[in-house]
Amino acid sequence: MIEVQHLTKRYGRVTAVHDVSFRVERGEILGFLGPNGAGKTTTMRILTGYMPATEGKAIVAGFDVFDQPIEAKRRTGYLPETPPLYPDMSVSEYLDFVAKIKGVPSADRRARVQHVMGRTRIVDMANRLCGKLSKGYKQRVGLSSALIHNPDVLILDEPTAGLDPKQIIETRELIKELAGDHTIILSTHILPEVAQTCQRVVIINKGQVVAVDTPDNLTARLRGSETMYLQVDAGGADPAASLTRVPGVTRVVEADRRDGMIGFEVDSESGRDVRRDLAHAVVSSGWGLLEMRPMRMSLEDVFLSLTTEEVPTPAPDAAAAAGGEAIQ
Amino acid sequence: MSNILAIAQKELKSYFASPIAYIVIGLWALLYGYFFAAILHFFVQQSMQMNQFGMQGPQSMNVNQQLIRPLLQNVLILILFLMPMVTMRAYSEEKRSGTIELLLTSPLTDFQIILGKFFGAMALYGVMLAVTLIHLALLFVYGTPEWKPIVTAYIGLLLMGGCFISLGLFISSLTKNQIVAGMVTFAVFLLLWIITWIGSAAGPQAEKVTQYLSIVDHYDDFGKGVLDTTHFIYYVSFITFGLFLTAKSVDSERWRG
Repeated sequence: MIEVQHLTKRYGRVTAVHDVSFRVERGEILGFLGPNGAGKTTTMRILTGYMPATEGKAIVAGFDVFDQPIEAKRRTGYLPETPPLYPDMSVSEYLDFVAKIKGVPSADRRARVQHVMGRTRIVDMANRLCGKLSKGYKQRVGLSSALIHNPDVLILDEPTAGLDPKQIIETRELIKELAGDHTIILSTHILPEVAQTCQRVVIINKGQVVAVDTPDNLTARLRGSETMYLQVDAGGADPAASLTRVPGVTRVVEADRRDGMIGFEVDSESGRDVRRDLAHAVVSSGWGLLEMRPMRMSLEDVFLSLTTEEVPTPAPDAAAAAGGEAIQ
Repeated sequence: MSNILAIAQKELKSYFASPIAYIVIGLWALLYGYFFAAILHFFVQQSMQMNQFGMQGPQSMNVNQQLIRPLLQNVLILILFLMPMVTMRAYSEEKRSGTIELLLTSPLTDFQIILGKFFGAMALYGVMLAVTLIHLALLFVYGTPEWKPIVTAYIGLLLMGGCFISLGLFISSLTKNQIVAGMVTFAVFLLLWIITWIGSAAGPQAEKVTQYLSIVDHYDDFGKGVLDTTHFIYYVSFITFGLFLTAKSVDSERWRG
């Protein structure tokens, strides 16, 4: 449905996006993840035909966005970071205008406006001025304007930014509902959002794609080994040495120390359960075992480790085996 | 075509949804009303004087030549001051508020957007000109002016206003700041207005050139009731050039991001 091939965008000497490639299948939700200034918005703007790319190709719904921009735009709904509302128009007027310029036939226009207002739950606001709406409603009006011509492809730039928690949940639900009929790309900073709504994730940093995979595979692949967190009251002694002696343990790192209680991160060979032995080692030495829990790498950690300088090399074999594609 | 109309309609609506249309039309009506009263007063005084000197009476003075022509000539000054207010926000406001993203990602060509904005501004200008018809109607009630030169004068005014609008659109497309757009537009209009003065100071050769360039000088014949294709072509090409520059500016903005 969407195919991006070797997209590069340069502003003067600054390269905003460098050689970005990915695909999105029909009906899929793709999460676009990256720190500020990573090139998310630039990529989205290229896909929507707002600006041309310096190099590369983007095909949306079967049409090249550079060669057949009108056809591609007809099949794309776009919600920019700030919803592009005219403050002097009422919500229904605004949606009617958007329907007109998006090419909705005049006979269907009224029905479409009603439909999208119902879908995004803004029917009560129909006669309010766009400029007077709260941030949450503005966002919803923006979303309904992106939906108005029933596009095949929806491109949403941070659709939940600035919403309250209830609205965030509603918006996510709405996006999930939409996924069946529409192909969706959404960008966000919020990682749990990606884990909850997206089937696949593209992580982008400094204009380059760092990883493309499912959220589960990404966390799994960076975990590599099992890690336990252990808090021990050793009464002044140093338990690190005896913990290291436990069979299967590969590494023991002191994580924190407070009032004689020491926290450790204990890595072990994957697939081997060392919990019993660890507990035994602590208790038999006469220390108090205060806490023991497995540490799972969250998407946050994945994201940080992929987008910060000291990148721990992920295990590409594991990822490839899981059906993902890694571009490094 | 329907796209152009949709944009034009939206433009016109937004003029009337904001105070701009009311301020511009209000000031226009006020100043034009003053010019009308002043020139009419002068005209009546003169014809009474001529009466006293035993000449033929008011009929001997031509309403078209001595009242309507100078009156519409004054409209030029009003355009100079008020038109920047009409065009200054056309693009800059869209850029500032981000609504330009909506327009540029909709299935519209740049030219449809630009023409839509142009016709929207022309429609507002049309409303402004319609206000002046009220005063002319009064003249028709109490006198017998010729209607044909009035028609040519209005054609000229429409075309000339179109030049200012297309130029104003271009300047507005260069900046996000509507105050800057308004001030630059005003400065450029002023320059185009006084260009003949500069020319006449520089000598007869330069004067010819500047006279040709001056938007205002091309209006003279329309005001006299003469439809000359030279001026017609000048205005139409000026408008086309202004819109072309706007298109280029919007396009280059795209590439620069």
